[in-house]
Amino acid sequence: MSTLSAPKTAGAPGKASTSPGAHDTYGPAARRAKRRSTALGLLAWVVGVVFCFPALWMFLTSLHSEADAATNPPSLTAPLTFDNYSNFFGADGGASPWPPLINSVTASLFSTLFVLVLALPAAYALSIKPVRKWTDVMFFFLSTKMLPVVAGLLPVYLFAKNIGMLDNIWLLVILYTSMNLPIAVWMMQSFLADVPVSIIEAAQVDGARLHTVLIRVVAPVAAPGIAATALICFIFSWNELLFARVLTGVTAQTAPVFLTGFVTSQGLFLAQLCAASVVVSLPVLAAGFAAQDKLVQGLSLGAVK
Amino acid sequence: MSTSVSAAPPAPPDQSPPAKSRPPAGPRSGKARAWGTRAPLLPALVFLIAVTQLPFVATLFISLFDWNSLNPDARSFSGLENYGSVFSDADLRDSVFTTMLLTATVVIVSVVLGLLLALLLNQRFAGRGLVRTLLITPFLLVPVSAALLWKHVLYNPEYGLLNGGWAWFTGLFGVENASQPDWISDMPLLAVEASLVWQWTPFMMLILLAGLQSRPLDMMEAARLDGANAWQMFAFLTLPHLRRYLELGVLLGSIYIVQNFDAVFTITAGGLGTANLPYTIYQTFYQAHEYGLASAAGVVVVIGTIVIATFALRVVSSLFSEEARRA
Repeated sequence: MSTLSAPKTAGAPGKASTSPGAHDTYGPAARRAKRRSTALGLLAWVVGVVFCFPALWMFLTSLHSEADAATNPPSLTAPLTFDNYSNFFGADGGASPWPPLINSVTASLFSTLFVLVLALPAAYALSIKPVRKWTDVMFFFLSTKMLPVVAGLLPVYLFAKNIGMLDNIWLLVILYTSMNLPIAVWMMQSFLADVPVSIIEAAQVDGARLHTVLIRVVAPVAAPGIAATALICFIFSWNELLFARVLTGVTAQTAPVFLTGFVTSQGLFLAQLCAASVVVSLPVLAAGFAAQDKLVQGLSLGAVK
Repeated sequence: MSTSVSAAPPAPPDQSPPAKSRPPAGPRSGKARAWGTRAPLLPALVFLIAVTQLPFVATLFISLFDWNSLNPDARSFSGLENYGSVFSDADLRDSVFTTMLLTATVVIVSVVLGLLLALLLNQRFAGRGLVRTLLITPFLLVPVSAALLWKHVLYNPEYGLLNGGWAWFTGLFGVENASQPDWISDMPLLAVEASLVWQWTPFMMLILLAGLQSRPLDMMEAARLDGANAWQMFAFLTLPHLRRYLELGVLLGSIYIVQNFDAVFTITAGGLGTANLPYTIYQTFYQAHEYGLASAAGVVVVIGTIVIATFALRVVSSLFSEEARRA
């Protein structure tokens, strides 16, 4: 935390004096305001880079050789190499990362799909044609999210063991669906509340059935909200560790579990570990960067629009 | 709905105000029609009850047995004995305290830092979008990656970035043999907290930034014309407006950080007094194979959560009351 506060005090006063408001056409007050905003902009840049620095450093280290990665003081200008990435995928002695990555994609995509299929009708019943006591139902959904996952882990483990579902990726699909469903219902409820009731009634007068209304009328109008929901569900599924760690072994191992095991099986591994971390984080980074606004909407359960 | 949902926190009692404003239940259109509106809800509800509530009932049941899976023949009914062990177990009591300390520290620090970053990012300057992208990057790293990054790349006492950077910095001033602490051994809980704060500050920042940008501009302008200074505007306009967003951030952050497993598991493996409840229960069940004891601990955690969640749900309920009123 000391790394965070240091630049704020160090950066601001120094930078402020280096940016003279050159235009004499402005009054002194306006000039002062302009200088202040330039200083704040510089400060924001410094803080942003410092805050992100560990992540940037991870990326840089992933492009260094192991010997250059483990120096003290750190070497900023060591020659760059893609060896760590090719080693990672070429499975230099260790297990191949492809099965875990494919497992993670399967678990995340299918659980997100199932969440959407279950949450869209539920959100419809809770927002457009609210059922009686609909707020109670909403709070029931949210309350399941507050219960500690770990308290239900043992029965799930025993059940899966008895029916032979341990180390099966579809077990994780089911669990991730239940993990994300409450959030998805909350988000979609708030998004569907914005769909004008008149267009739904018009479709119903034309004799459209529920699934037609949902697919043809509601989904297109609420598409941005549905995309936000899908994004959040994908990220949470991709990141999950506890279930995956306990309920999978070799065949259904996901990428985060692979990462935790990766450390123990390698010798000098700093650069290799950074490359692996970058690869595993890449899908979430890409999705998150592409949809920053959706991220806010989604994380606040649709309360912030 | 007659299925036992005993594990769910009771719905907060202040549900009646929104209920009053709801349109009347409609003309007596028959039960068929009522089920017609309810039907779309049922798949999600049934699925969620089956997958999240039934296991808790099973946990309750298992908690009454003396059951170690390494010795399955000795399984026997033991009544409330496990609960006695839970409350007399020093490790478990410690992990309750650790969980509360960890959650409170991470939530409070990341809300404060998030607010500062949001205020900074709310200014207009060149490359604002890029800075925002830099700032949310930590939140988008897979939690295991982030934890590994802090453990090995930053904290490593020999070639970690913190010590390496410090040696380089002091070297500039001709200081040799600068102190090189072993961060994780010397301050284990702080090490875990710092990595979590790093990940959760962007989350708080995003929510608070949305709050800042939804401030009513005319009111801000009026206050400025009335001669309010920057501090007065922040204290009397911005902060009250941000209250809802702060509450939302604290609530959502708490829900996730209370249950944190990844950072504790990766950085310290629960050692050195950093084991929080999720980790301790995981260990009791997965490594010690004490199924009965782990279940009893789980039940105790659930009861504790119900108490906290009832309070939390009341906060959410007030947060969303405007929305509830409109339907």
